[in-house]
Amino acid sequence: MRQALEGVRVLDLTHYIAGPFGTRLLADLGADVLKVERPPAGDPARRLGPFFQDTPHPERSLLFFFLNLNKRSITLNLKSATGRSLVRPLVEWADMVVENFSPGTLARLGLDYETLASWNPRLVLISLSNFGQWGPYRDYQLDDLIAYGMGGPMLMTGVADREPSTIALYLPLYHAGALAALAGLVGLTQAELTGRGDWLDVSIFESQVGSQDWRTVALVGYQYTGETFTRRAPATTIASGIKPCKDGYIGFAGFGPRFLRVVEMLGRPDLLKDPRWATVEARANPEHADAFDTEVFLPWLMQRTMREIWEVAQANGVISGPVFTVKEVVEDPVFRARGVWAEIEHPETGKVALPGRPFLMGATPWALRRPAPLLGQHNEEVFCGMLGLSKQDLVRLRQMGVV
Amino acid sequence: MARLPLEGVRIVDLTVVWVGPYCTMLLADWGAEVIRVETRQVFQPSTRGYVPYPSKELMRSQRTWSLALPNWEPGRRPWNRTPLFNSHGRNKLSFTVDLRRPEGQEVFHRLVAISDVLIENNAPDTMEKLGVTYENLRRYNPTLIVVRMPAYGLSGPYATYRAFGSQLESVVGHTSLRGYPDTDPSLRGDVFTADAVGGILAALATLSALRHRRRTGQGQQIEFPQAEAFLPFLTPAFLDYLLNGRVQGSLGNRHPSAVRGCYPCLGTDRWLVVSIYTDEQFQALCRVMGRPDLSHDPRFADSLSRRKNQDALDKEITRWTRTQEAYQAFRRLQDAGVPAGVVANEADVFSDPHLGVRCYFEPLTQEDTGTHYYPGLLWKARNTPNRLRLPPVRLGEHNRWVYQDLLGYDQEEYKALEALGHIGEDYPPDLR
Repeated sequence: MRQALEGVRVLDLTHYIAGPFGTRLLADLGADVLKVERPPAGDPARRLGPFFQDTPHPERSLLFFFLNLNKRSITLNLKSATGRSLVRPLVEWADMVVENFSPGTLARLGLDYETLASWNPRLVLISLSNFGQWGPYRDYQLDDLIAYGMGGPMLMTGVADREPSTIALYLPLYHAGALAALAGLVGLTQAELTGRGDWLDVSIFESQVGSQDWRTVALVGYQYTGETFTRRAPATTIASGIKPCKDGYIGFAGFGPRFLRVVEMLGRPDLLKDPRWATVEARANPEHADAFDTEVFLPWLMQRTMREIWEVAQANGVISGPVFTVKEVVEDPVFRARGVWAEIEHPETGKVALPGRPFLMGATPWALRRPAPLLGQHNEEVFCGMLGLSKQDLVRLRQMGVV
Repeated sequence: MARLPLEGVRIVDLTVVWVGPYCTMLLADWGAEVIRVETRQVFQPSTRGYVPYPSKELMRSQRTWSLALPNWEPGRRPWNRTPLFNSHGRNKLSFTVDLRRPEGQEVFHRLVAISDVLIENNAPDTMEKLGVTYENLRRYNPTLIVVRMPAYGLSGPYATYRAFGSQLESVVGHTSLRGYPDTDPSLRGDVFTADAVGGILAALATLSALRHRRRTGQGQQIEFPQAEAFLPFLTPAFLDYLLNGRVQGSLGNRHPSAVRGCYPCLGTDRWLVVSIYTDEQFQALCRVMGRPDLSHDPRFADSLSRRKNQDALDKEITRWTRTQEAYQAFRRLQDAGVPAGVVANEADVFSDPHLGVRCYFEPLTQEDTGTHYYPGLLWKARNTPNRLRLPPVRLGEHNRWVYQDLLGYDQEEYKALEALGHIGEDYPPDLR
């Protein structure tokens, strides 16, 4: 079957985490992603862990492997005049160029948008950066922690008497990369319909400020009331949040009218006669919420396992979910039967299982077509096959440090 | 304004809560005509509020973000005033119809027939009862793209399990990988990252399917199980388990190869995040803190020893941050080449000079809410000037336009459907 982005050509000048995650999403849907790495060391993500068997090596980074599946790799030094001259036919070949250099770098390399557009007017240039291409923070540094702290809802994440807490490693960077991929497809839509490309400025910081986790809700709430919001004590919202049980932990959202289902689940409709829990207003009192936990909910939960509770919760339409470890997720028979795990050959480790399709497209499936490339694996294919250089040319370029 | 890229794409929007509405918002922002299908007879308790008619007492006693209606007042139509909805309601249209009744079904099918995409994120059984399945809808529009976003899938034992982002994130492992490493998961609080990234990925899938349809004329179903779509975001942890046998836990705010943390500043609930990856950054930090002694301290001589002695280093950093105003410290550190940031509250974000210069926030005026600034577009396009066009849509705001102009119902038919309760701009006063 065909893939949805078959025929889309992406010249991928990104490195590290956010950019490669975005171009990987496009590659998974069929785009031909040509990754350009800087000689001699290549993408710095090759030096980030975790590593296979905990042995650091440029071809053993599991992070790099994950971020660069389905792509081809060439090495090219964009700082050399020869490197620049070789990039032009690739820009002419491409529908999209994605880059995440520090703002201004591309212009210094003589590869500013105007130049690229003069070579290829249909080109969509996606520039993904920490804070955007202009503005007072343009040259500031950022990682996933700073992105979540400055832009995202970190102040609200965690509990009241502790410091704010971030989310799992690199998530805000993947988040921004996904947004860059989406921006690229919007730009591609325009270019395919009108013949005119665009330059898109995607900021990791702004991807967090505009994030519909609860960041935007709290921002609008502040606009409406002048109130700022922060972490709360646990168990201040009735039948909600993560609770202990017999063999682990399980999360709930049982506030508001959903509480009626919770008492059904407990087999205790009589609780609604208690004035502390009778109305939405009464239940919203944090003391009443806490009392519900200690008097009713926790004793019930502690007698049951995560799986037992999850089952009975679902039967009663209660929103819940056990806290599983990565091991428990891997072992879960339902996810396995649904085919969430994919398999691919890794050059160092052999067959590797890893999370596969994020969604199922009926007519144009997601696919793993090739493992992450070795550094410069496709030099000959691209420089000789596509650009028509001879093998001797390639040797010379290698000696000059261009590839 | 220039032509927007997604102009001419009509989307039937049956989405609720956050993940689905965020997806359709991202598409509406760039020109898609997104038509929300809403029902006056059923109140989905987390979309336009928790209950249709929240009391002032509830709002004022709680003062939470989710109940932060303008001035903590319900107003006449609270459902048009809630930040739960208004954070993603811009640039969309809304009409009302009761899909549970045959004449409502007919209205719905007429709309489906002239649309390009349908997007929903409800429990699969709820949708199936209303005939919202690809097999059924393609009878009315053979090239329709149907995007269904259940929590766990359209089939399988978990298909009917209910979840918000936070719960399904727990199920795929996120909760075990985040939050305070020294406390159990019940003291980690909720997060809803899957809502945000799910909305983005679903929009990406939708645009891919639209491209395929432009080229081939073929529609399709996209099954977007929110949990499964989030699972790949945790891939390195899964690979570490599958290949190295390691079950990762939470790093908290720390990092495997850097020193980083969240440090208290002057004032109440003011925090700074700092990340030290390199020796240069560490030297710069010591200079800004006025602590040259630390840069010679053997405990912090290189990256490895700094991580080994991070507790001690954290104490030194905290001693300094406690005396610092957060924003000044952030600017001084960044200007010196140290990655740092303020853990921003809402007031900080709205007064942020960088976002200000970039005109990130945009004012919108909505009849039931007034004029306010809203988070703006998610990226800037050099050749496609764009801005927020329409304010957060009110329930049934475009009833007349949808029924009469778009679907061709005449005045008499409109009145009849109104009398049957399909059409209106209010929820019945007794609805819970």
